Amino acid sequence: MAEWFHPLLALAVAVFAALSAALGLPPLAAFLAGGLVVLLAVPVARRLADSAAVPLSDPPRDPAHPPPAAPDPGRALLERLPAPLLVIARNGCIAYANPAAHAALPHVEPGAHFAHLIRAPDFVAAVTATLVDGEERACRFTTFDGSERHFEARVGLLPADPAFGTDRRAIVQLEDRTEPHKAEQLRSDFIANASHELRTPLASVIGYIETLQHHARHDPEARERFLGIMAREAGRMQRLVDDLMSLSRIEMSEHLRPVEVWSLNGIVTECVSALQPIAGQQGVDLLLELDPQDCRVAGDRDQLSQVFTNLIDNAMKYGGPGGSVRVLTAPPSRAHPNRCGITVADTGPGIAREHIHRLTERFYRVNVSHSRNKGGTGLGLAIVKHILNRHKGRLEITSKPGEGSRFTVWLPRAASGDVAQPPPPPDPGEAKPLGM
Amino acid sequence: MAHIVASFDEDLVQVQARISEMGGLCEELLSKALQSVQERDPVLARQVIDRDRALDAMEMALEESVVKIIALRQPVAADLRVLIAAMKIASTLERIGDLAKNISKRAIPLSSARPARLTTSIARMGKTTLAQLSDVLNAHASRDVDLAVQIWNQDYEIDEMYNAIFREVVTYMVEDSRLIGIGAQLMFIAKNLERIGDHTTHISEMVYYIVKGEPLGDDRPKGEPTGVDFIHE
Repeated sequence: MAEWFHPLLALAVAVFAALSAALGLPPLAAFLAGGLVVLLAVPVARRLADSAAVPLSDPPRDPAHPPPAAPDPGRALLERLPAPLLVIARNGCIAYANPAAHAALPHVEPGAHFAHLIRAPDFVAAVTATLVDGEERACRFTTFDGSERHFEARVGLLPADPAFGTDRRAIVQLEDRTEPHKAEQLRSDFIANASHELRTPLASVIGYIETLQHHARHDPEARERFLGIMAREAGRMQRLVDDLMSLSRIEMSEHLRPVEVWSLNGIVTECVSALQPIAGQQGVDLLLELDPQDCRVAGDRDQLSQVFTNLIDNAMKYGGPGGSVRVLTAPPSRAHPNRCGITVADTGPGIAREHIHRLTERFYRVNVSHSRNKGGTGLGLAIVKHILNRHKGRLEITSKPGEGSRFTVWLPRAASGDVAQPPPPPDPGEAKPLGM
Repeated sequence: MAHIVASFDEDLVQVQARISEMGGLCEELLSKALQSVQERDPVLARQVIDRDRALDAMEMALEESVVKIIALRQPVAADLRVLIAAMKIASTLERIGDLAKNISKRAIPLSSARPARLTTSIARMGKTTLAQLSDVLNAHASRDVDLAVQIWNQDYEIDEMYNAIFREVVTYMVEDSRLIGIGAQLMFIAKNLERIGDHTTHISEMVYYIVKGEPLGDDRPKGEPTGVDFIHE
């Protein structure tokens, strides 16, 4: 390749790739652009492949970081490519993964066999076949750990070239299709759930309106009473819609790993102090007993606050007045290695065993009328579960009738990084949008 | 640690890649089996039943290559553990595939019966089981002992789900004797899922064994079986 040709072509390809990403050109065009970029970087990939033949019996322990960039324009282009891209050597080992691939697939480990990363049969078959016959292939696959993720992959071949050696390599371009997939599913879930749950309060409001229009029209006492009930039912519908909206927002972001690092004690302390006034109103003792040994977790601060707020709020509701709610650091557990736990314990009536594993189901209520009286929407713990899914955390519930309940949140310890600072409290004079 | 004979390294890489591939097929079989129950889809159920043969063939091929490697290279220590564990994991995965196939078989008669509300509970249990299986395969691929131990300790959740479904199904059958047929099928599906959960813990034990060279132990937390006293309540 002539000296001048290399940077010029690289520039052209970069522009083309950027354009196709921005304008949403057909996937094939984008793929070709990706292919060209890779073609330029073959020498880089080859060098990597040669150095990356590490046996699996002793896998590299720190695979999270791609090797340092070489001063090579092709390499720099690959590093900046927004689409996840893998180069797979003929023996199936991953020769190169660009930073976008590292972000999309946290388990990516250059040198390891690609089936350890993506083991979906269609994908394995496509890569294996392409390495043999060189045909281009496309496939879809799903991964099932934690939250389901859907991908589309296009597999092509870097042809054997005497200039670069005789070995064939496959290039794989991935596209994360989780969001459109989820949006579709959420829409149908939303309709099914919302229509069912809104029907009861709506029917009651309509019933009272009819009564007010007819025989209660001139009865001021009944009118006052009915309006009170209607306001309560309408409030319940509003809370329900709010919760459903926040649940679907959380579900949409469930596959995105949070990156900011926070002090867990800080978040919990803040939630407890925010809930103290409500505890006072309800006659519940809200006690905070944290281990001063703090734990740092990677998370979305608002979502983690919501987890603890929901759990404490539930404990106060169902623990009953006169009871106490304790928020404490859970002792390290063998079942949850490398995680820190916060327990919310109440002194309420407890939960029977057959209900426990269903508590995080949406709209599952142990006692329907009791929950409705307390103004519950049946979504609080479902929200907790989905937030914890996103954080790779777990919710552990232990309870026995008559002995109170303990809800323990387990969150993975953050590896390193500085603790982020909470945002400054909002200016009290600032105009706030009114809730509808 | 590389071996002097480079092709031995390559053999080990390939054996473990085959395990991941078998795992991927297992995940697909289980997820499609569950889908066939939930969506009452007999066509999909038959696909799963046919696909299971591929898994059996993969297990046979893997066993053969492991035997060949042991005979040719006479591995010791960590390498031997990897190979022994690979054989055990492969046969465990093959059994998981059989259980997924059995779930699909039961989905066929269920698809012509009227929809039961119990399938929601089954779907939930299935989702948890599938996530555990997927996690343990990740733990194997990345040699993540912490993750393996965590899965091993979490299986009681699946046991508890099974016990709750058992209770639910029995109550359901007591209420209406015409539903005993459907109830029995659902009960077996739940039992199959519970077995898959147990097999999953066996794979975590193997991952632990590969890395640490010792067994994980046998005091795994388990769910208590449900009594039948509730029927007369």
